[in-house]
Amino acid sequence: MKARLPLRTVVGCVGLMLLVTVALGAPLLAPHDPLAMRLEDQLQPPNGIHWLGTDLFGRDVFTRVLYGGRVSLRVGIVSVGIALLPGLIIGSLAGFYRRMLDALLMRFIDTMLAFPGLLLALSIIAVLGPGLTHAMIAIGLAGVPRYARLVRASVLAVREMSFVEAAIATGCKNGHIILRHILPNILGPVVALTALDVGMAILNASGLSFLGLGAQPPEPEWGLMLSEGRGYLLQAPWMMLAPGLMIFVTVLTINLFGDGLRDVLDPYAAEQAGAP
Amino acid sequence: MIAYIGKRLLMSIPVVWGVVTLAFLSVHLLPGDPAEVMLSQWGGSAANIAQLRRELGLDQSFGGQYVRYWAALLRGDLGRSLFTNIPVARSIMDYLPDTIELATAAIVMATVWGVSLGVLAATTSRPWIDIVCMTVSAIGVSMPVFWSGLLLILLFSSILHWLPASGQGGLQHLILPASALGFASTGAIAQVIRNSMLDILGQGYITVARAKGLTPREVITGHVLRNTLISGMTVIGLQFGYLLAGTVITETVFSRQGLGRLLVDAILWKDFPIVQGAILVIALMYISINLLTDVVYAVIDPRIRYE
Repeated sequence: MKARLPLRTVVGCVGLMLLVTVALGAPLLAPHDPLAMRLEDQLQPPNGIHWLGTDLFGRDVFTRVLYGGRVSLRVGIVSVGIALLPGLIIGSLAGFYRRMLDALLMRFIDTMLAFPGLLLALSIIAVLGPGLTHAMIAIGLAGVPRYARLVRASVLAVREMSFVEAAIATGCKNGHIILRHILPNILGPVVALTALDVGMAILNASGLSFLGLGAQPPEPEWGLMLSEGRGYLLQAPWMMLAPGLMIFVTVLTINLFGDGLRDVLDPYAAEQAGAP
Repeated sequence: MIAYIGKRLLMSIPVVWGVVTLAFLSVHLLPGDPAEVMLSQWGGSAANIAQLRRELGLDQSFGGQYVRYWAALLRGDLGRSLFTNIPVARSIMDYLPDTIELATAAIVMATVWGVSLGVLAATTSRPWIDIVCMTVSAIGVSMPVFWSGLLLILLFSSILHWLPASGQGGLQHLILPASALGFASTGAIAQVIRNSMLDILGQGYITVARAKGLTPREVITGHVLRNTLISGMTVIGLQFGYLLAGTVITETVFSRQGLGRLLVDAILWKDFPIVQGAILVIALMYISINLLTDVVYAVIDPRIRYE
């Protein structure tokens, strides 16, 4: 039987491939230098040379939007990576050893969950100071509790299965059991969450950059470009239209892709979220 | 009922303790000497730094500082701003009503739209309403609130001149920011309402209600909506918490004063007493909303209480 992918998943996959290609190929595709300032060209409307116009410093908006894709995809992947590793470790330790260790780790995780995600990221930035790297770390760390909880719940379920019992009976070491027997069996839901989280991370990072707490000038980052354009809404709307649209389209594409992935990898959660 | 609320209150004590401790620790996690870091933006002299260290009690033992922090907190004392010397608690009380106003307006908007859309999608057999519902929720979660906010400003205030772009004031200052902020939650609420209604419509007691001759309207208002309210309450409470955090960005977009902007400015200026206080207050509000949601949940759904 051949399963047919839903249209939105196909759109998500194709869109994501397109975005990655454009981001990787930005140096080849971009007609100008993203950082080159030409004050005599400032605030030009879209034309034959500058397809999406220029910003306050005469930089080419189209070029900067293309390069912005590299920044955003990097931010998304790095922050989710930062969230994933401690989440996997805390979650598998709590789920596998249970009892005291579980109680202790989960109280800590619950405290972190008492902060809304963006607020947790803001508090971490407050400690580390503004900057794109710090924003990635902040968003990553703020995501740890979600992974820890998901991994713990999955480990608790898998731990009771007979093949784990068999592994314990044959005298495998605990580390071996976690890495070789349990983790491969819980990867589905974790990967699905990862994909959806990349979109969330991109959205939050661009928000932090918009507030001046993430990427710093002159970096071609979409959120930062938006905040540079907000003073010129009527004079130069192109400054904020293109980067905003790109954030929206990128996050939407990743979400569509992530939803599709979840339907395949984690049918139970998909059902909970009301996917057909 | 009282027992349930008491138990739920007791359960939130460790979380509140954890949040306060995290807020206290944040200053000590600063790389290097906290007093030096805080004044770095301002270029304080060695004497200033030593004085600040004394004022913040950083010269005392770690345990002593922790006890002092709690004692001050219980008196409602959150310290003073490093730059304006205004008590942090007073600044927060000044800005809190604006933030609550914005978050409340946004959740009301999201609830009205989300519930209507969700109910429509579940009760009519027209597929296009279903598609609208799914599209709104997909767009809602992917749309950056700072972009939708700027688009609203561009259209309704720069071009059409219908509504003011920024500032505080009456209802007309609230419409644009509340719409931008609330839109993100509209889809999520609509989606949950729709799914839970469809779920309930398939239950046996609905068939019974129909079999005893109730009209479709009576079935919906008498049996389905009441049960939908349970999952509806949960998602609305959850979204209200998110919106509270979302005000941080919305207030900057619309140049409104509020707790979020106070926090962002304080982070940029390394005004740590304000950062600590604002984060603490927002987190405590978030915890209270979750608590309140659980209590309301138990009031509507007796099954929860007896578990």
